[in-house]
Amino acid sequence: MMLRPRLIPCLLVHKSGLVKTVNFANPKYVGDPINTVRIYNEKEVDELLVMDIDASVKGVEPDYEMISHLASECRMPLCYGGGVRTVAQFEKIISLGVEKVAVSSAAVKSPLLISDAASRIGSQSVVVVIDIKKTGLLRRYEVVTHNGTYRTGLYPVDFARRMAELGAGEIVLNSVDRDGEMKGYDLDLVELIRQAVNLPLTVLGGAGSLGDVKELINRYGIVGAAAGSLFVFKGKYSAVLINYPNSAEKEDLIHRMNI
Amino acid sequence: MIALVDYGLGNIQAFANIYRRLGVAAWAASTPADLRRASRIVLPGVGAFDWAMSRLHESGLCDALNEEVLEAKKPVLGICVGMQMMARSSEEGVLPGLDWIDATVVKFDTRLLAGKTHLPHMGWNDATPLNKETIFAGLDSPKFYFLHSYFMKTDREENTLATSSYGVSFTSAARSGNVFGTQFHPEKSHQWGIRLLKNFAELG
Repeated sequence: MMLRPRLIPCLLVHKSGLVKTVNFANPKYVGDPINTVRIYNEKEVDELLVMDIDASVKGVEPDYEMISHLASECRMPLCYGGGVRTVAQFEKIISLGVEKVAVSSAAVKSPLLISDAASRIGSQSVVVVIDIKKTGLLRRYEVVTHNGTYRTGLYPVDFARRMAELGAGEIVLNSVDRDGEMKGYDLDLVELIRQAVNLPLTVLGGAGSLGDVKELINRYGIVGAAAGSLFVFKGKYSAVLINYPNSAEKEDLIHRMNI
Repeated sequence: MIALVDYGLGNIQAFANIYRRLGVAAWAASTPADLRRASRIVLPGVGAFDWAMSRLHESGLCDALNEEVLEAKKPVLGICVGMQMMARSSEEGVLPGLDWIDATVVKFDTRLLAGKTHLPHMGWNDATPLNKETIFAGLDSPKFYFLHSYFMKTDREENTLATSSYGVSFTSAARSGNVFGTQFHPEKSHQWGIRLLKNFAELG
């Protein structure tokens, strides 16, 4: 009788296909978006996070046709991110049947976009993805944008607090350093943000096994555990194989969670 | 058979896909005529209360909806904000609701969430049906996807059809005669949601 943690495959769209990156670079083709969604439907996935990694960088409009196809195909909730800069775009994407809209660089550039969007579509559908990298000689956490290429000078804790104050409904912590490495989540970073904000939190970057997911859930209870590589690759040669824990494996993951 | 109210909000296509697979005729309804030829109506919704209410008013469907629901007594199912709009009013906005269910919409009290849980209430949670007929037929311990910070508070317990728990026990499904509402998203809740939508299509 409780709310469960969410296990969320994260899919990256690049040149109309799905890819997986390592440290935000070297995209490897993993498949067609709609086919992949269908497979995840069969596996009864908790939620999907789809990010168009071309849209922000190129400064183009989101691909509404693709988003609409994805939303209608998904039998689970969908969060879309990529190229969203205005309230009108938030509204348009929600009207296509997407549950949540994510922004990252636009929230850095114009934080008030978050409060404006929340007042129209409601906080529950406004998601801020914070891309974070350790930078400088001191390897201090810093918010970065544009697929990790632009340093903002912002400290993630301050930025997350500001986003919460402005009415964001969820924070997605995305570790650039851990992306695609499959060596585990950056739990130090999670701890910093979890202490700072009282919002649903989703962690992305670094999950390499269900053990990594379990560790996160044991420690933080009701949390979003997102992963790219883990749910698209299988085996030591990282062959592309869409996968997801079955209900027994899922129960095992949440068995000892901290609530 | 089923009109999916198309007022520019909510996932019409997700409902249409599920009903197509179930072999049930369903269509996007953007005119009063589209509503009139249906025997059942689904009112989806996402977004803030006032935004959703104003979109519904702008669609020009309000009068026809009131006729079909209050006079023709067609079964109607409101989803998420679509359910909340069936109440008299909401703490989230200033516009009046449709007033089809004797209820108001209130915000979760964050003090009761004890710092361990957060708003919005986001993710998969249990719903406990208080009546296993109608839309919950055959659903023993269903799980559904929730995404909201406000919930419907019915004036009378008899209008609460299912409860869920998040800091407090709250009404996650309601019924007043031919009017049904679910706070969760059955169109995004895999097998449990599909069964509930099938039940709604098969209501006697």
